[in-house]
This record gives sequence, C-alpha cells and structure tokens, in this order.
Amino acid sequence: MLKLDQLRTEIYSSQGTVVAVDGVTLDIQPGETFALVGESGSGKSVTALSITRLLPDNACVAAGSVLLGGTNLVDLAERDMRRYRGRHISMIFQEPATSLNPVLTIGRQIIEVIETHTELHGAAARSKAIDWLRRVGIPEPERRIDTYSFQMSGGQKQRVMIAMALATEPELLIADEPTTALDVTVQKQILDLLLSLQRERGMSILLITHDLGVVAQVADRVGIMYAGELVELATKDEFFSRPMHPYANGLLGALPDVDKRGHTLEAIPGSAPTLTQAFHGCRFAPRCHAATERCRQEAPALYAQGATHAVRCFGFAPTNPVVISALPERIAGAGAHNRREAGDVLLRADKLRVRFPIRSGLMQRITGYVDAVHDVSFELRQGQTLALVGESGSGKTTTGKAILQLLRGSAVVDGSATLNGLELMTANDRQLHGARRQMQIIFQDPFGSLNPRMRVGEILEEGILSLQPDVSAVGRTERIAVLLDKVGLPRNCVTRYPHEFSGGQRQRIAIARALAVDPQLIICDEPTSALDVSVQAQILNLLKGLQQELGVAYLFITHNIGVVEYLADHVAVMQDGRIVEAGRSAELLSSPREAYTQTLLAAVPRARLKAV
Amino acid sequence: MPGPIRACVCSKDYGAMKIVVLWTDWVVFFVMAATLLYAWKVRHTPHLASTWRKAFASPTGSAATTVLAAFVSIGVLDTLHYRRLLSNSTGTAPTYGTETLSLLDHLLRRQQAGKERSYSAPLAYLAYEKEAVTTNGETRRIYPRLINAGTHLQDPAHDRAADVLTRGFVGAIKGMFVAGLLAGLLTWFKSRRNGRGLAAAWFDIRSGRTRMPLRVVLTTVSVLCLLSGIVLALSVEYHVFGTDRVGNDLFYVVMKSLRTALVIGTLSTLVTMPIAVGLGILAGYLGGWIDEVIQYIYTVINSIPYVLLIAATVLILMTFIDNHADLFPTAANRTDARLFFLCVILGMTSWTDLCRLIRGEVIKLREAEYIQAAQAFGVGTWRILSVHLLPNVMHLILISMVISFSGLVLAEAVLSYVGIGVDPAMQSFGTLINTARLELSRKPAIWWTLATAFSFMFTLVLSANIFSDAVRDAFDPRAIHN
Ligand SMILES: Nc1ncnc2c1ncn2[C@@H]1O[C@H](COP(=O)(O)OP(=O)(O)O)[C@@H](O)[C@H]1O
Ligand code: SF4
Ligand SMILES: [Mg+2]
Repeated sequence: MLKLDQLRTEIYSSQGTVVAVDGVTLDIQPGETFALVGESGSGKSVTALSITRLLPDNACVAAGSVLLGGTNLVDLAERDMRRYRGRHISMIFQEPATSLNPVLTIGRQIIEVIETHTELHGAAARSKAIDWLRRVGIPEPERRIDTYSFQMSGGQKQRVMIAMALATEPELLIADEPTTALDVTVQKQILDLLLSLQRERGMSILLITHDLGVVAQVADRVGIMYAGELVELATKDEFFSRPMHPYANGLLGALPDVDKRGHTLEAIPGSAPTLTQAFHGCRFAPRCHAATERCRQEAPALYAQGATHAVRCFGFAPTNPVVISALPERIAGAGAHNRREAGDVLLRADKLRVRFPIRSGLMQRITGYVDAVHDVSFELRQGQTLALVGESGSGKTTTGKAILQLLRGSAVVDGSATLNGLELMTANDRQLHGARRQMQIIFQDPFGSLNPRMRVGEILEEGILSLQPDVSAVGRTERIAVLLDKVGLPRNCVTRYPHEFSGGQRQRIAIARALAVDPQLIICDEPTSALDVSVQAQILNLLKGLQQELGVAYLFITHNIGVVEYLADHVAVMQDGRIVEAGRSAELLSSPREAYTQTLLAAVPRARLKAV
Repeated sequence: MPGPIRACVCSKDYGAMKIVVLWTDWVVFFVMAATLLYAWKVRHTPHLASTWRKAFASPTGSAATTVLAAFVSIGVLDTLHYRRLLSNSTGTAPTYGTETLSLLDHLLRRQQAGKERSYSAPLAYLAYEKEAVTTNGETRRIYPRLINAGTHLQDPAHDRAADVLTRGFVGAIKGMFVAGLLAGLLTWFKSRRNGRGLAAAWFDIRSGRTRMPLRVVLTTVSVLCLLSGIVLALSVEYHVFGTDRVGNDLFYVVMKSLRTALVIGTLSTLVTMPIAVGLGILAGYLGGWIDEVIQYIYTVINSIPYVLLIAATVLILMTFIDNHADLFPTAANRTDARLFFLCVILGMTSWTDLCRLIRGEVIKLREAEYIQAAQAFGVGTWRILSVHLLPNVMHLILISMVISFSGLVLAEAVLSYVGIGVDPAMQSFGTLINTARLELSRKPAIWWTLATAFSFMFTLVLSANIFSDAVRDAFDPRAIHN
C-alpha cells in the first residue's frame, strides 16, 4: 500500500546538512499498524513529514521514493499533493492543543475538512461531523460541535483531531506520538479507539512512538530507527520474542520495571550521535558492547533473517558475522541484599493542604481559591524512596513545592510538614535556611532548570555559597570536583555553559547541584520523563547508586509506573489533590485495592520480552 | 566674561587653550567607556561573543555598523571642547574666547568661518537674493558674488562647471586613495593574523571568504571615503550644501547636528534603562503591592501626552537658566544644559514600554525551574535579581536600546519642530527642519536645507534601524531556534 524506497531527507541548518532520514526502505500493508520506534532525534517525525510532504522550508527529500498505490508522492506537484493529503493520507500530531485552531469552533474545522475532501456539503457535512464526534467518543456531540478547543481536555482534543483526520476516510493514518502528551488512562482510551476504528475501516496506521509499551499494545509490525537509519524490521511477535539488534536489546534492557528491581538497569552508554557528520562504520558502534574493528570500518546492510525480520548489524551478516557477546549479566544488585535498614522518620507531611488564590478584576483582588492539594499525609524514612504517583494535575508537584517552602507568598498552605522534627511551615527564615541544607530538588526539564547564563561551576557553587558560606573557595572547588566525579561528568566542564551538554548530562549537573549541600532528602520531580529510555536508565542507575552510597531519601514524583516499580520502597497514589492509596510498593502494585489504582495500573502499557 | 570655574563645567588651562568638558561631554565619555567595558566582557563570554558575531556577520548589519561608526566618530570629534586663548600677556590672567569650540570646529574652521550674508544654493557663486550694489555711482539690483565661495573663478559663469568637476574628481581620487590605504592595512592585518600571504588574505577578503563580512565593510568604507573626498574637496571653495538664512555653511551645520542627534539618542536611552529595568524586574519578581504601584505609575505616565509634559518642563528649565545666568558662563553651556535636560525628560517619559516588556518576561522567568532551584538554596532576593534574572532579560534590554535610539532621534526632530526641543541656537536636525518649513514656501523655494537635513538624518536613522534589526535577529531567542 505505502512503500518507502531508500528515502533520504536532508535538512539544512546553520550547523551543516542534517541527514535526518537515510536510506529508509519499508512497506505498510493495507489494514496493518506499523510502529516506527526510536529515541528523540532518530528521524521518525521527519520520515512522516517526508511522506506527507509537510517538511519545513529548509528540508527536502534528497533521494528515494514514496509510493502510495503506485503514485510516487515525491514527484507530485504541490497542488496534486494537497488532494492526496486528507483524502488518502491523514495525520495526527503529538500536541493536541496546538493542532486545533483556537478561534474556530471544532465543528467549523471538521466540516471544512469534510467539504474539501468529500462530496458532502452544508447540513449533510454537519451531520457527518456530528457522527464522527460520536464515533470518537465525544459526549453530546450535537452540543459540543459548536464549542471551541480550549473548552476541552487534552484527551478530548486528541479525539477531535482523530475525528478530523478520519472524517475524510483516508487509506493511511499517520499518528506522530499521538498519546505522548496524555496521561496513561487517556492514552489507553485513545489507542483503543484508534484500533477499533482501524478494524472497522480497514485503514493502515503508521504509528510513530518512542514507547515500546505502546508498540507491544497495538502494533502489527515494528521498525526501529537509530540515527536516521532503520536498524531492525520485524513483526511484533518476532521483535518481542527475539530482538536482534544490540540497540533494540539495549532499549528493552533499559526499561525499568518490577523484574529489574534490585539490579542496575542495562543503560546504553553515551548518547545518540549528531546527524551532521559523515558516518563510516556502524552508527551504533560507539555505544555497542559488541563492536569490533569491522563495525567501525564498514557500514552494515539490512540483513534479512527469515521472511519478515531484518537487522542492520554485522552480527547477522551472511558471511563471517561478528560475534555478539551476551550483554554483561545484570549485576545482581547490591540494592536487593544490602538495602539499608529503614532509618528514622525524616520527613512527615500531615494534612497538607494547598490553595492557589484566583485573582480577577482591575485591582487583582482575590475572588476565590483553587484547591490543588487536600489533606495529604505521608512519612518518608531516611535512605528510602517514596514515590508520589498520579496523572497530570493531580497535585504532585505542588505537594513537593509546598514542602520545600517554594509556595510561600503565592499560595495558601495549611497543615504541617516536619523535616527531622523541624516544623517547616512555621519555620522562620533562619531555621528555614538551615533546613534547606537538608532538602533539595531536581526538576523535570533539564533544559529549564539550569540558568543558561551561568557556567556549570557557578551553578554548582551557588548552593554552597548560600547555605555554607564558611566553606573556603578552595574547599568549594574541591567539593565541586568530587561532585562531578560522583555524577560521572568530566571535571573540566566547570567552565562550560549548560547548552553545551545533552539532556542526560544536564540532568547529571542538576543532580550534582542538589547534592552540593549534602542533603538528606531530595525531591525528584519527574527527573527522567523528559529523557530518552536509554538515558533515563543511566540517570536512574545514578540516583540509585547515590542512595546506596550516601543514604539520601527520595521523594520521587512521577507518572511512570515502571520507574516506580523499579525504584520505590513506598508508593502514594494521588488523584485530584488527594492520596487515594498508599503502601509498600511491592504490595500496592501487585494487589491494588482502590478502583482508581487498578485502572491506572491496568492502563500502563508493558513491553516485556516474551519467553521463547 | 571668564569667571571662576562654574559648577556645571570643568575646564583646565593648557597654555594656548582651555579644555572644556560640558555635561553631555561627560555622558559621551561615560558611554564610550561603558561600551569598551562591555566589549571586553563580550570577548570573554562565549555566548555573548557568538551572538554579537552573528549580529555583525549579516552583510546589512555590518554595512550599517560601518556607517554608524563614521557618524559616531564625527560626533566624538565634536565632543572634545576647548576655548581659545585670546591674550596671554605676562602678569595678567590669560583671557579665553567666550566661544566654546570643538575639534570638529577646528577641522571645519574654513567652512565655519566662510559665512555669507544670507541664503545661497549648493555650489553657487552668486547669492540667492538680489542686492542693491553701487558701481561707478550707479546703483543696480543684481545677484552679488558670494564672499566665500567661488571667489577664485575669473569667469564663473563659464569656468564653474569645469572647476567643480576637476575638484570633485581630485577629491574622489584622494578618497579612493585613503580607502585603498585602509584596505591595504586590513589585508596586512589579516595576513599577519592568519599567517598567510598578503595576496591570499586579499583574495579571501575579495571573494567574501572571511568569517566577518570584511568585503561589505570595505565596500561601505570605500563609498564613504569617495563621498567625503568629493565633499571635502569641494567644500574648500564652495558651499556644497548651500547656506542658511544667516549665511552658515550647511555642510558645517549638518556635521554639528550629528552630535546632537547622537547625544539625544544615547543619553535618553541611558536615562531610560535603569528606570525601566529596575522597576520592570522588581514588579515582575516581587509582585504584590510593589507590582501594583509600579503598574499604576506607568499607566499614569502613559496617559499624559508626553509633548505636554516635555513642553512644561522645558519652559520651567528655560526660566531656570535665564535666572541663573552665572551658572552657565558661555552660550555653549546654556544650550548644552538644555540638551542635557531634554534628554533626561525624554528618558523619563519613555521607559514605560520597556518596563512593561521586562515585567512580563520576568513574570515568566520567575516560574523557571532554575529560579526555583535557587530559591530552594535560600539564595537571597538581590542575588536572584542580579545573577539569575538580569542576565536573562539582557537581550531584551539590548534590543530595545538599539531600537529606541532611532525613535529618540526622530522625537528630537519633532520636538524641535514644535519649538520645545533643543535650544534654537543649537545645530540639530530638528531646528534645521523647523527653519525649512518657512523656506519651502518662498518662491523660488529654498529646498536645500530640508534636503540636506533629511538625507543625513535619513541615513543615520536608517543605519540605526538596520543595525537594530541585525541585533534583534542575533539576540532574539526565537530566531535562534530556527
Ligand atoms: N500557580 C498556580 N496557579 C493556579 N493553579 C495552579 C498553579 N500551579 C498548579 N496549579 C493547579 O494545581 C493542580 C495540581 O498541579 P500540579 O501540582 O502541577 O500537578 P502535577 O504535578 O501532578 O502535574 C492543577 O489543577 C493545577 O491547575
Ligand atoms: S554492527 Fe557491530 S557495532 Fe553495529 S550494532 Fe552490530 S555489533 Fe554493534
Ligand atoms: Mg508536574
């Protein structure tokens, strides 16, 4: 149906020519779901944009062809292409909020699509639009058709996007990370919806995702991309029972889950290469545990392994294959056996309540309050990890900030939080200054949490300067050097600026910054959710190692159940600002009592190797 | 009336002359020092250096910078003031001229001294108006010969065209010679720096294969040299741009106007910045009642028509200067004080836009995670403002600084036009345009005052605008992401 042949797409940037897609060949059969998987920057989205010819101005398809039912889309005039888009191919994007026009009603937008691409007009088009809204599960479609996108939740917006994409009855739907911005429970609903519509209509789906769990849930076939190339092509069952490429194996090994508890994750060392360079050998060679001299000299081809499986790795070359050693055995974790005995209670939150004032009117008077956190109580002992789990908006971050006293002045906080017996809520400035030495925070976004105008050395020094002013300049320099060793960064990075580092390295800097004052508690607010799986594993290993070495306690805020299973001693599940269920993580996750916890856990997509 | 040294001027005797530093001169020196300091900082801050390099790397940006640099050097020449020694007989205190001169006055002394009785057209040898002249007892109304232009011509009607062409041509050759000298110097410098031969360095520059667009800079410099060569050569014997009502050479007047424009542009900006930045950051970061008070102030200021405010203040100021004549020993001191206060007032009334911009940006940044991380370390408010917030709004400040410059130059023209700008005795684009208003309605029209003022002001404002575009493109984060 759709056939890509040696597709090569180049993007011209100030750093040079980026070959974002290099020699990708694949085909999608009618009615099948093909999942294109890879980490950020591997070229998935550019592949999709090349197919629909929606590339930015500074990019172009340099070679290869995109055949849709015999027509080469690459050669089509833009006017003809416009007819193909919509009628034959539709696309939905990651960010539902920005793909709908906020100043038009959703009805206008769907009807416009229907009128351009089908014979229907006027009232017929409108009733068709209402019909589609009903099919994608929007309640009261007759009324909702005249509302605006900002009046809807994220999941509903994505449903509307799907309705718009499918209203033209395309043969191929390209979905670029359609659920990445959504919560797991909503993600499950959207994926189920896509699958049922596909079954009903018999269309093909090209699903682009970085989440192997989603792949396991919905895909028929899988293509793994790395650095612009397709490195493995397989049916879903083949892939999950016998992944071949070392990178694919690495990705699966890097996923945190309950089975890997107490072991270190198999993090793939290093990070993805930049695509401006000319490659000579295998692109994965610098990170591959099995790389040989040959891998560094010549580039492997895509070697067929049976009818439906192909791998770009010399380990599967028909002539003198490279021997792929097994990955080093999981280091049976110090964690499982030497786990520290739980210490005294370090942090105790009692009936924590946070309200944000709503201001309105000319003089910005307070006219009411939003309740963000209600009656939240928990305990965290020294050297332990408490995971605060919940969907977006459930009040996790707010709880963390309230404990750190970062909301003083901007919200009304009631209840109590004690750190080592000190009541933080009523602490005066001097007491609080002392307490800050014992608690620190790591944020989600490694690009937003470091001041872009400060050198790494200055960033790391700031906390010591403020909280331990008696440490001498020499002492600070020494301590910074030790910190950098601890988080695995070279010492010479003190004179460099944050933008010179990758996401994972920046997160290491943020961790070093938090450790600089020897805290006993670190509040980690989604520290890995902006990172790719392989880098996430590096950071989780680092956090775990530091806990064992230094005995810090983590209040770990996350929505990723896999991370919780892997890391947490205790779990508290939050919904709408309340803790609905809490307990030891092993018990709570295996036998949840509350309905909400059960739904949440059931919605989590799992990617597990199948026993062969 | 040389009296004791006044509070408002600083002067020092140097034998043949007395150095005078006017108020606005201090400001110019301060700005120059600050610019040098900033340049030094940029050199040692990689991200700033690379952004600035980007601003200069655009061909239009570097061409505009070159033109601006030429204007600024003229302005600086016009900033080094002194008073000439009149008599220095032993035993008595030396007396100095009441006229405060500048280095530029000295360089253009021919043009300054070469006054006519009234109007004359560009390159003319006859006056613009007929006068009664008595020759051999007979009185006739004729166009008299100019006193200081075309006097060397025996038969002006016949010789002038050829003379203008020869002089212009010689001037052009001289200009090109200077340009060639500069190009040679640049090539030599570049070859020294890269360790390549002279020919190779020249080839690199000529084919545009240099990191900075040196070719564009050289071309601009050549054009400037060519034009000024021609003008300077002609201005020895002619009034290139004509003369004004009192017979001043317009070439001289317009050169003097440049400093006025530059001072207004920079000094007003200088007054604006601390108010706008300080209040904007405070309002954005601290919020609460402080924010409300600051918002209230700028809303109020914004709703007063600024012409009214300025008119009132200028009137008060004029009364003050008149009543305190002893504070201002020379006419130059008086006009300078008025210029100074005009800038202060302009600055005080134009900070609101930038203040609002910075407040908005700081409100966004306040929620940034690196600010919260600093708060979690208990870092003090002052340090958060100065170390975390200020550097991250610096690009806004810079962009708005270069953009507001040309706006202020234009504002001066408008204010002087309505009579509340600089002192009428001070040469400025505004006063020039103000006089041109009446001249245009005469018959035949006197077009050259307006044409001269317009073309110089246009070039200045245009190059300032192009420069600010280049700066904005380089510093605007949205442009970086593309
Ligand atoms: N500064 C704020 N002003 C008003 N409401 C806020 C603010 N910050 C968070 N909230 C509200 O508080 C609730 C919880 O938010 P948050 O703590 O960010 O949740 P999570 O971390 O789980 O995503 C949300 O409903 C959000 O709208
Ligand atoms: S070709 Fe070599 S380096 Fe590349 S993945 Fe295979 S074994 Fe690793
Ligand atoms: Mg959050």
